[in-house]
Order: sequence, then C-alpha cells, then structure tokens
Amino acid sequence: MTPPASALASPPAAAHAAYDVARVRSQFPVLATTVRGKRLAFLDTAASAQRPLAVIEAVDHYERTSHANVHRGVYQLSQKATDAFEGAREKLRRFIGAASSRELIFTRGTTESINLVAQSWGQRLGPGDEILITWMEHHANIVPWQMLCARTGATLKVAPIDRRGELDLEAFRALLTPRTRIASFIQISNALGTVLPVREMIAAAKAVGALTLVDGAQAISHQRIDVQSLGCDFYVFSGHKLYGPTGIGVLWGREALLREMPPWQGGGDMIRTVSFSGSTWNELPWKFEAGTPNISGAIGLGAAVDWLETIGIDAVQAHEQSLLTQATAALREIPGMRLIGEAADKGPVISFVLEGVHPHDLGTILDAEGVAVRAGHHCAMPVMEFFDVPATARASFGCYSDEADIAQLVAALRHAHEVFN
Amino acid sequence: MDLKDLYRDVILDHNKRPRNFGRLDPCDTAADGYNPLCGDQLTVTLRLEGDRVEDIRFEGRGCAISTASASLMTEAVKGMDEAAIQALYGRVHEALTAAADAPPPEGLGKLAALAGVREFPARVKCASLSWHTLNAALAHRAQNAAGPGGGLDPTPIAAVSTE
Repeated sequence: MTPPASALASPPAAAHAAYDVARVRSQFPVLATTVRGKRLAFLDTAASAQRPLAVIEAVDHYERTSHANVHRGVYQLSQKATDAFEGAREKLRRFIGAASSRELIFTRGTTESINLVAQSWGQRLGPGDEILITWMEHHANIVPWQMLCARTGATLKVAPIDRRGELDLEAFRALLTPRTRIASFIQISNALGTVLPVREMIAAAKAVGALTLVDGAQAISHQRIDVQSLGCDFYVFSGHKLYGPTGIGVLWGREALLREMPPWQGGGDMIRTVSFSGSTWNELPWKFEAGTPNISGAIGLGAAVDWLETIGIDAVQAHEQSLLTQATAALREIPGMRLIGEAADKGPVISFVLEGVHPHDLGTILDAEGVAVRAGHHCAMPVMEFFDVPATARASFGCYSDEADIAQLVAALRHAHEVFN
Repeated sequence: MDLKDLYRDVILDHNKRPRNFGRLDPCDTAADGYNPLCGDQLTVTLRLEGDRVEDIRFEGRGCAISTASASLMTEAVKGMDEAAIQALYGRVHEALTAAADAPPPEGLGKLAALAGVREFPARVKCASLSWHTLNAALAHRAQNAAGPGGGLDPTPIAAVSTE
C-alpha cells in the first residue's frame, strides 16, 4: 500500500528514523530464544503480543513484595496491593483518555468486555430492537449479540464488506434505523487488517440514536486512542495484545450508562450490603468486578502502558506502518501469492494464501524456519466464507518486529512454494 | 526434526492427486468429518458387503496431511472387514502418536509415510480426521441402512476429530 501523504511529511519520518528497534527488541527476552535452532521471527502479535522486561518485572515484584487481596484487609500489605491495583486502573485511564477511573472496568479481556455489555446493557432489549455489526467482526463481537438476540427477540444486522476487505459505509448507514439500539464494530480487523472508518460510523449511529461499542483489541497497541474524542459509548480491549499479561482486559463505558446498567455477575466486592431480603450494589467500577480480580494482571498491564509510553505509540505506529509497506511489497513478489484484505488503510496485519499450499501446511513449514505466523480462520469464519478460503496464513507486526523478520518470512514462503509446486 | 519427514514424496503425491476422490452414489453409509480448529472437512462414502468395505471414496478440503491421509486410507481399507480396519487404525494411531525417537512403524505399507506427524503434535488431528470419519460411518451403518431410501443416499453423520 501507499503510505498516506502525511506519513511522508517530515515529523513522522523523523520519528521513524529515530526508532531504535534493536533497543526495543532487547527488552523482550523471548526474542532472543531460538526455534528448532533458528532465529525466532515472531509474526503473530495480532494473536498475542510478547512481554517486555518492564511487565515481567512488575508482575514479579508484585508477587514477591505486595500480594494480598484488594479492597479487603486493613493491614498494610493489602493496602499496598490495593494501591498498586487501583494505580494500574489510573494508568489505563490516562492511556485511553477516559474522564474518570470509574468508567474503567477490569475484565478478562475483549471477549468478556463485550459479553458484559451484551448481558447487562442488553437486558433492556426486546423484539423489534436491532443490533448492527459488520461482516468482518471477530467471533467475540458476533456470538454475544446472537445470544442476546435469542434471549430478547432482538434482530442482528450485518453491514457488508467489499472484495478489498473494506466496509461498505453506505450500506452500514442504510442499515441504521431508529430501531438500532447499538452498533458494535471492530476498529482494525484481525483477519484482514482493515482500519474501519470508526469516526464516521460512530457519527452515523449517533444520528439515529444508537449506542456504539468499538472493539479495540487490534487497535489499542498500534495507534493513540482517546475514547472521549472518538465519541463512542463503549471501548473494549485485551491486555495481552498490549504487551501485558493474559487474563486481563478493559471495558470502558460512559459513566452515566454504566451507572444505569445492572451488575452482570454477583458476588464479593460488587456489593455494598447483602441481606436475605436483598442486596445493594457497590460504586463504579467495582459494581462490575465481582470476586477477587486479576490483581497481578492489572499491575502488569499498567506497567505495559507505562513502558509503551516511554517508546511513544506514535513512533511505534510509524515503524509498524513502514514494515507493513515493505512486507506487502515483498510478499507480492512471491509466485502464487494472494493477499486477503487490501484495504487502503490497514493496521500491521497481512493475511494471505499461497497457491497450492494449505495455510496449515504453510504454518508448519514456516515454523520449521523459525517463523511464527497464525494459520486458521482467525475467529472470523464469515470473513473466510466471504473470500471463499478455508483459512489464511497471517503475519502481524508489533513494536519489536524488524526487517530481518520480513526477510525470514519471505525466504520461508519461497521455500514452501518450492516444496509444494 | 526435518520437514522432509513430514512432507514425504508419497504425502505430496497423494495431496496433489488424491485417490478414490469423490462420492459413491448410491452408498451404504457415509459420514462427515470436521476439524473445527482448522476448518478441514471431508465426507467418506462406503459401499459394503456385510461388514467388508467393497468400495470407498472421500471428498472435501483440507491440508496436505489430512488429504493424503484420507487418500492413503481409502487405498488401504478397500476389501477389509471392520475388525481388520480397527486393527489397522490402532497401528496407525500408534504410529502417529509415538515418541519422536521411537523406531519407525512396521507393517503399515504406504501408511507409514504418515509417521512423520509424530514430530508435529499440532498436526496429529489432521492425519486422524479421515479415520475418525470412517469409524463414524461404520458405526452408524445400521441407522443409515434403516433410513429412507433403503440405505441409498444416507444422511452423513458428523465426526469430529478429537485426536
């Protein structure tokens, strides 16, 4: 793809020139390991990013010095744990530009965040109500809404995409009606790399009075996110795609909305009072955090955003976009290559199929060369069906990806083509 | 580990030119196999004489390992009765899941080419999908025979590859 004109202007180019990828890589111990005796070219960041030392050490430090249950004990250790846990919430609030930490709920990840909204906010839906999603959603942004529709009698509508993997924005607009209660969509497609025009989509949804949920799982580590300027109502993402631990994620929602939503799981920490005649709920955000939370996960995620800010997410974005341009050009040179997803604006994700080589065989052959890519349907089976492929291989980049990774991928793909043709 | 152990010539050949590819119509029993993890899917159709496989075909789409495994299987089981098929599958399964340094399997003929899978645990399911599907078709032949059409054009039943 051609980089946008603005990327060619001096400030981002200068930022890219200063990007020291070797120094970034040195922060990720796993990148120094080998696979079957070969250098590891980790190109599956879209599935899960690796962890920098800052995260590993923050979790380790917490486990060694500060662990106790949060929001419970009066003793010093519990206060230390609570401060670290709530401190992480504040770091994430700053990172996404939320107005208040009351709006930031810790979940297990993107999937749980969407399920929380579907199950709690979704209780108000009934027959005749409509939910609008797009054809390129991850299963996590399809199935919870299907389940909600089955429970409430609401209708799920799907906005189409075109052969390049771009959203048909006009069709999306046409599918919005006064009955649309929520439009829920991915910001960057995990299967195609497409960057969706979320600002236009949010504005269009607002115009008919619908709420919006943005699935930021693939966007959060690749570009600066400001939920207030975006203007959506819910924004969700996972920690492990943001260089943090697994099992921790975020639901951000507008405070007024979260306030009127019923709790979705009952238990400790989410209550104010409990008696057999009834219970009352805790304040936000704890109303939605029943049970002992993933304390070390939250602390690790807080450390991850702190660390990412030291590199600068704008610099990371420029670096990744440069790699995307290089890799796309190099892959096009390989005989039998078909790129799946050729949107004008893409995140650092390249999905592809190689003629005569099934994606799973490709995954195995690349693995033998030390190249880790995802092969499969990417939890986006409707996308695979649309492009009439059973699966694709997918290479995706992160802040630590470099030109050597691309060279290793290209060499391995040429080898695969030879083995099978 | 060597890729050539996995993608032996016989595997590549059966992937490119699968034997017994297609569908028997009419048939006595059939089953669909599906691996939800990777999307591989195939249909096995059988013509039986008692519990002996008179003819067998498969169709579907999948990776080289699953396609070659299905193709090799159809060649191997033609003419066998159910007991012989079960015994053969037992030996194939053992070959697929043996330790990487175990001696190469004996008495498997061309099917021994699949033994390279043992070094790639993620791919064992690919190689065993067709066998699970064949087993499901045999296990359900009574229902299929009793179905509408007197055993012609039976509804395939689903088999899911678990290992």
